Amino acid sequence: MTPSRLAFAAILGKDLRAELRTLQSLPAMALFAVTTFVIFRFGLDRTSLSGSLGAGVLWATLLFAAILGINRLFVAEREEGGFDAIRLAPIDRTALFAAKAAALLAYLLVLEAIVVPVFAIFFLGSAAALPPVAAVVLLADLGLAATGTLISSMAVNSRARDLLVPLVLLPLAVPLSIAATGALEPLLAVGGPGYHRFGTWLAVLGLYDLVFLLAGYAVFDFLLED
Amino acid sequence: MSEAIELRGLCRDFDERAALHDLELELAGGETLVVLGPNGAGKTTLLRILATLLRPSAGEVRVLGARLPGEAWKVRGRVGFLGHDPLLYRDLSGRENLRFQARLHGLRGDIAEQRIGVLLDAIGMERNADRRVAELSAGMRQRLAICRCVLHEPELLLLDEPESHLDAEGREAARELIGPAEGRTRVLVTHEPERALPDADQILRLETRHMERRADKRASLVPRAAREARL
Repeated sequence: MTPSRLAFAAILGKDLRAELRTLQSLPAMALFAVTTFVIFRFGLDRTSLSGSLGAGVLWATLLFAAILGINRLFVAEREEGGFDAIRLAPIDRTALFAAKAAALLAYLLVLEAIVVPVFAIFFLGSAAALPPVAAVVLLADLGLAATGTLISSMAVNSRARDLLVPLVLLPLAVPLSIAATGALEPLLAVGGPGYHRFGTWLAVLGLYDLVFLLAGYAVFDFLLED
Repeated sequence: MSEAIELRGLCRDFDERAALHDLELELAGGETLVVLGPNGAGKTTLLRILATLLRPSAGEVRVLGARLPGEAWKVRGRVGFLGHDPLLYRDLSGRENLRFQARLHGLRGDIAEQRIGVLLDAIGMERNADRRVAELSAGMRQRLAICRCVLHEPELLLLDEPESHLDAEGREAARELIGPAEGRTRVLVTHEPERALPDADQILRLETRHMERRADKRASLVPRAAREARL
């Protein structure tokens, strides 16, 4: 058996190289998020957002932008025979799950590095909340990467892939969304970031991450069977 | 020589349709089995089962001593599979694809680079190896796929029309890499029996009379002695 860390590095490296070369996912995700902020800014006719409204706008935008990347996560494996090539290799197949989740996490981090500052420019008076906001979205990204990778691997064999991913992912992401917006709400409060029940929501996010990472590890091998 | 492949009552159904029914086969190590039959007879299905990519619906399958599908992990990495799809990523170059495959199979560093260089040279792709696969012709992709298939020096080659898209020069080069050789066990699916039969130790002829009726799926195994007598 090839060591899992080598297989993980090979698959992750291949995915990142292909994305850097083709830019098929990230630009679309970032453009979608920035456009959504513009629509919210003029749709709500607000130059600042705070509290639960700000948290909702930020998280919902990130979540829907993430779906664009999740939809494409396994497309090369499906359309170019990557699944077969990987299944023929003497590797632990959970390396594929881990590598795909890591690739999606990398996309989300790059996306947020671009669009969270844009959100701050559009809707926040200062950048004081950005460091704790970054910590929250990082923790939420882990869970979203695990769930998104699982759902994407299941949906990729369906012709209705683009429809199936949001239909299955969004209900599963409800607990994640509640915890993420719960943690973001006090950070975006008027007058500067607060930390009311901040630790509780971080714990919920951590628990969600753990559950879906373990679920992915447990079931991914079966998802690759014919 | 020990059996490389043993099939006992192999069946594979897709919903109500039988792709393979009650197939029996023994192939010794180092031998070549040529599989013939019309479209839809189950040739590709048989190769995918032997490659561990499909589960049998019923019957016993042993490949390289491992019982499938339960011991598939023992076989992976020892089989070279060349199917209809080249299993290459279009946005990577040919060399990058081979490096990726090498890493999946545990080949690293100089050993992998050396092996990739030798194969690309042998198949006549050294000059085009750094072009993206999307830019290559079907014949060039097939040449790369052959390199991918033998990169990890497999014990068993499963080849589904390996010469498709290849020109005369490509066929000659491919023969060096995937043709009959000492100790190389091969299962070769082809629609060109006149080219494949001289190398065959056994011939498996799959036939389909009526796709919907399992009882009408036929398989006949012709060993070399019988074939020579008939010729």
